[in-house]
Amino acid sequence: MIRAIMLALLAAAPAAFTPAAFTPAAADEIWVTNEKDDTISVIDTDTLEVTRTIPTGERPRGIVFSHDFSRVYICASDSDAVQVMDPASGEILHDLPSGEDPEQFALHPDDRRLYIANEDDAIATVVDVETRRVIAQIDVGIEPEGMAVSPDGRIAIATSETTNMAHWIDTETHALFANTLVDARPRHAEFARRGTELWVSSEIGGTVTVFGVSDQAELAKIRFDIRGVHDDRIQPVGFEFTPDGRTVFVALGPSNHVAVVDAETYEVVDYILVGRRVWHMAFSPDHRRLFTTNGVSGDVTVIDVESREAIKSIKVGRFPWGAAARPTPKEG
Amino acid sequence: MIRIRSLAAAFAALLALAPSARADPPALRVGWLEARAARPPVLSNLDPAPEDLGLAGARLGLADNAASGRFLGQRFALSEVVIPPGEDPLAPARALLAETGLLVVSAPAATLTAIADLPEARGALIFNAAAPEADLRGAGCRANVLHVFPSLAMRADALMQFLAARRWTDLAMIEGTHEGDAEWAGALAAAARKFGLRIRGRQVWDHASADIRRLAGREAPLFTQNLPAHDVLLVADEQGDFARWMMFNTWEPRLFAGSEGLVPSAWTPQAEQWGASQLQSRFRALAGRDMRPEDYAAWAALRAVGEAATRAVSAEPGRLRAYMLGPEFELAGFKGRPLSFRAWNGQLRQPIPLAHPRGLVAMAPLEGFLHQGNEMDTLGQDAPESACRAFEGANG
Repeated sequence: MIRAIMLALLAAAPAAFTPAAFTPAAADEIWVTNEKDDTISVIDTDTLEVTRTIPTGERPRGIVFSHDFSRVYICASDSDAVQVMDPASGEILHDLPSGEDPEQFALHPDDRRLYIANEDDAIATVVDVETRRVIAQIDVGIEPEGMAVSPDGRIAIATSETTNMAHWIDTETHALFANTLVDARPRHAEFARRGTELWVSSEIGGTVTVFGVSDQAELAKIRFDIRGVHDDRIQPVGFEFTPDGRTVFVALGPSNHVAVVDAETYEVVDYILVGRRVWHMAFSPDHRRLFTTNGVSGDVTVIDVESREAIKSIKVGRFPWGAAARPTPKEG
Repeated sequence: MIRIRSLAAAFAALLALAPSARADPPALRVGWLEARAARPPVLSNLDPAPEDLGLAGARLGLADNAASGRFLGQRFALSEVVIPPGEDPLAPARALLAETGLLVVSAPAATLTAIADLPEARGALIFNAAAPEADLRGAGCRANVLHVFPSLAMRADALMQFLAARRWTDLAMIEGTHEGDAEWAGALAAAARKFGLRIRGRQVWDHASADIRRLAGREAPLFTQNLPAHDVLLVADEQGDFARWMMFNTWEPRLFAGSEGLVPSAWTPQAEQWGASQLQSRFRALAGRDMRPEDYAAWAALRAVGEAATRAVSAEPGRLRAYMLGPEFELAGFKGRPLSFRAWNGQLRQPIPLAHPRGLVAMAPLEGFLHQGNEMDTLGQDAPESACRAFEGANG
């Protein structure tokens, strides 16, 4: 959802780039963080080859681009920092004060406030990326991980893995206004349907819960069933919506499958076999292809979105985790 | 960085204060009852049992529950009772049961059963956090006792699955004579039979006069020279008395498994996958040492109470028990699969890590060991072979 907005913004403001500041990239790219290699693998979405490998801080996980794609933010969990990188040069520009053990984050629609989950401290940290100052730290449940900000920017969500809740944060006051229980070990959260729904995946519970945002009431719970795979192995983690909001792809961890879910009926329509322990994913900027990070097999599966078929595996670094798309920098 | 760390400390302080800070909702109180048994003297002074073994895990479970509970207006409290060796455990148990119907017990099997059979324990819910014996989960089971600690059979089955997967089918075994060694040897032998492995020879180490600590190079080859050919040498030395010096000093160069070498247990400091490193670091911050199996079991007991109380919205032991034994209950235990209780004997089903002191080797159940219900039930007593009858009926 956030990504879709970013793309919309990008389309609306094509002149935001200074050509001199960029080494022109050949094509659209997928950036993948390799948790156990302390690197990022950059994949060309046309040739489906790794074109660059960029060193990062220790244990890079969450990754997100600024709205104009001039910066990339990386959670370097074991360096206790969010690193800010120039995507053209691959240089680390500076660190943001992130709190300890940042795992995932979400960028506010204002392109300034970064909401960071501090996994070891049961805190969510809000950082202003321009002043590089901590705006607030919010007590949440134990092992916060999933972070999301509503499209209108008024609500931030932190999910806590051990407390098993989605914590609803008022972005004006930084106060929690609701805490909703989900199944065991929630990992990822996204707003959907123009911000009227919140989706949360539960890794150990094996479900995705859909909440109505207006009253935080549970609308649906999605379960998965893969022939020949025990329920315990079906562990939903990252998920992404197609730009039309009708379809969602859900990474199912060690079941080595991605589920295709109809976002309107909440029904699972297909399963796609990918690499081992699939974590997260990103669409190519044209949304024709989906790239999944497969932690254990150390590769990225490329899925053709229309046919829902896996078309290629790309070897990346050790334990790929996060993924984000970067469109070709525009000239002029 | 310093700023953030101090904030973390402030948060920890806040957690500690949480139960007393707000007085409105009554706290859900869990009792920790530890009846210490005298430990037999062993040769090595290298690793004394921590004073807070088990208890530190309960305290972490309490902190985890409190952190979740405060978002829902639920409070949790822990009453800690530790009984020195040789003293009567039943009077303190009665007193604690008058305070709360939820007990986590770290005690020898006979003491545990005696507590469960107290009139005061009727309607209570007791968690066995330390006793591994088969009988507690079999014919001697009690309806008011759930076992968070894995049985000897679960641990032995985990090891044998691994040996079978490696096709290391020929085994030999050395057994000690301390308390627990014979039971562990028996469990290993039964598990070997279950998975089609052969123990070709067994020898008892009762050489109290042998100076194995200093002269292992002479004693161990001699002692192991007559063992039949084997792939792996099993050792039943649960107190860590002698086998540590036999490794690398045996007649044949063989891997050790059981009590030394490759050890199956409820928890290992080597676990880091499935979020385990977070649990490890939370525990280290609280206890100043690594988390041991007894700590993990006590943590799981507190978390099971917290989870059931949150989901079933109840503090009543009977309701909690029914919820825990029901199909809805699942506990995220940092071992990659949801943990739940076996409805036929109250055992917490859980993966068993197999580790050596420097690394995790495998996590049981191993791939390929299938089960019609739940793969974790390939470890330990399964429903058809269980002699436990106390769980039949309402929640059976």
